[in-house]
Amino acid sequence: MEQAATAAGLQTGLKVKKKKNQYRKYSPLLIMMVPGLLYLLFNNYLPMMGIAIAFKKVNFAKGFLKSEWIGFDNFEYLFKTSDAFIITRNTILYNVFFIALGTILALACAILLNEIKNKMLSKFYQSVITLPHLISMVIVSYLVFALMSAETGFMNKTVLPWFGIEEGISWYSEEKYWPVILTVVHFWKGVGYSSIVFFAALLGIDEEYYEAAKLDGASRLQQIRHITLPILSPVIIMLTLLSVGRIFYSDFGLFYQVPMNAGALFNTTATIDTYVFRGLMGSGDIGMSTAAGVYQSIVGFLLVMFANFMVRLYNKENALF
Amino acid sequence: MKNESRGLTWFSHIMMILFSAACIIPFILLITASLTDQNEIIASGYSFFPKTFSTAAYTYLLERGSDIARAYGITIFVTIVGTFIGVSIMVLLAYPLSRSVTPHRNLIMFIVFFTLLFHGGLVPSYLVYTQLFHIKNSIWALIVPGLLMNGFYVMLMRTFFQTTIPPALIESAQLDGAGEYRTLWTVVLPLSTPILATIGLFESIMYWNDWQLGMIYITDPKYFSIQNLLNRIMQDIQFININMSSNASNAMEQMPSDSVKMAMAVIGVLPILLAYPFFQKYFIKGIMIGAVKG
Repeated sequence: MEQAATAAGLQTGLKVKKKKNQYRKYSPLLIMMVPGLLYLLFNNYLPMMGIAIAFKKVNFAKGFLKSEWIGFDNFEYLFKTSDAFIITRNTILYNVFFIALGTILALACAILLNEIKNKMLSKFYQSVITLPHLISMVIVSYLVFALMSAETGFMNKTVLPWFGIEEGISWYSEEKYWPVILTVVHFWKGVGYSSIVFFAALLGIDEEYYEAAKLDGASRLQQIRHITLPILSPVIIMLTLLSVGRIFYSDFGLFYQVPMNAGALFNTTATIDTYVFRGLMGSGDIGMSTAAGVYQSIVGFLLVMFANFMVRLYNKENALF
Repeated sequence: MKNESRGLTWFSHIMMILFSAACIIPFILLITASLTDQNEIIASGYSFFPKTFSTAAYTYLLERGSDIARAYGITIFVTIVGTFIGVSIMVLLAYPLSRSVTPHRNLIMFIVFFTLLFHGGLVPSYLVYTQLFHIKNSIWALIVPGLLMNGFYVMLMRTFFQTTIPPALIESAQLDGAGEYRTLWTVVLPLSTPILATIGLFESIMYWNDWQLGMIYITDPKYFSIQNLLNRIMQDIQFININMSSNASNAMEQMPSDSVKMAMAVIGVLPILLAYPFFQKYFIKGIMIGAVKG
């Protein structure tokens, strides 16, 4: 009995010692991680706690620690205005549309790219269609301006006169055109990029499937329909679910830079991100914008969890966690 | 059957040529617009085939070039320093996470991963950086917030280390007496150039293109990056006059303002367009790596 107890005691003692040794032995590995972890602490985790300021009356003069608590007032004000509805509607509608049509376009583009057997031309197309992804939104806003400017734009001065419309349209003050313009710009910038993602998956398909189908007399279109698409479907479903998880976030640059932050377009161009930004930069209400940010963080988090849950149901291996 | 397949190939080529053209044409408009005479722009707008060619916009910018040169300097500095620091701290975090012997490895992995799921949002980060670190109107404001490190890249790197560096190699280096840092530097890093180059490239592009940090944290034009300068010019073309010329009212008349706008954008985008052929291969490879789960 006693012996067993001392043996057990000895063993735990050994374990503790072993653990200590392990810390000492691997301390260089632990020290290595310090800069990165400190950065995450300040850049990511501290702001997470900063969410508390949504429940305060923000006062820059007093500093946020000393600002007074006001409970859910900020949220109440936010959801009483029509802004909350507009920004939520815009963010979700744009995203749903971008995901649906974007997937189809990117997939079509990847399949076409895969049909091109000339290696050099294929590489050339690939690099040209991904070029827009490389350009900053500020430059994109200049490109759009060159096309859309009321006084000097290519649309008003050249394209519309072809159709006999001489007076031109002041694009930057008419909200009804922007859903179309923003969609076109979004796809111009992003379809090449996402088609490469699908193309990468296509490259992984074994040629033998196609050879076998060819022997059976399947046409190229039938091969695409019965081999390519089914093999790609897990990738498609996974990417779609992941973007559904990000449906509460928008491409800030697209919605802020491209319409040039024009107030007249708010109804069709404002998203949660631009709303939060405007609040912070002083052209909106800081309390409400903080509340909108928290609303985005929390709903966004729940959506990511939900999307991941769905991926897990569908295919455990592809789940993020 | 043969015909059908050939038809599809032709169709693919045509579609890709159209798409490629759509990607390039706006840039051509940008360049021709910047080379068009101001009076012609006023009369008939920006066009692809200007009748009166003029380099006035570029001479104008050249005369007032010190702000542009400065902004370029800021952008280049931020890109180099930001990428270097960013990649370094990401390697230092990802490497221990790839080793099975590291204590608390799973916990730390979760700490990294969680940052991808949940964000504090813009306003809290702004408060942390301005009230705690007083970063406003300093060069660090363009480097540190948000961009320095990305949990997703850390995970990509970790996966790369885990899958391509044989643990036996690390063990043998350490049996030969190399410490952890020496192992990382002389054994692991030389084998990891593909992932380092890819992530370094993406980080540099991110820094080169960033305008958001400047808009949030910089009010002093002294620290404007090229993107911020462009942004400011678009918001207010007169900014050039106020800041670049001593005699503002006079300059407004002389300035070919519509082509200057476009010329500025050309100056902003040209380095990327010129460098692109040299790194497009890695860029596309990077997109493909990112597509495969990290």
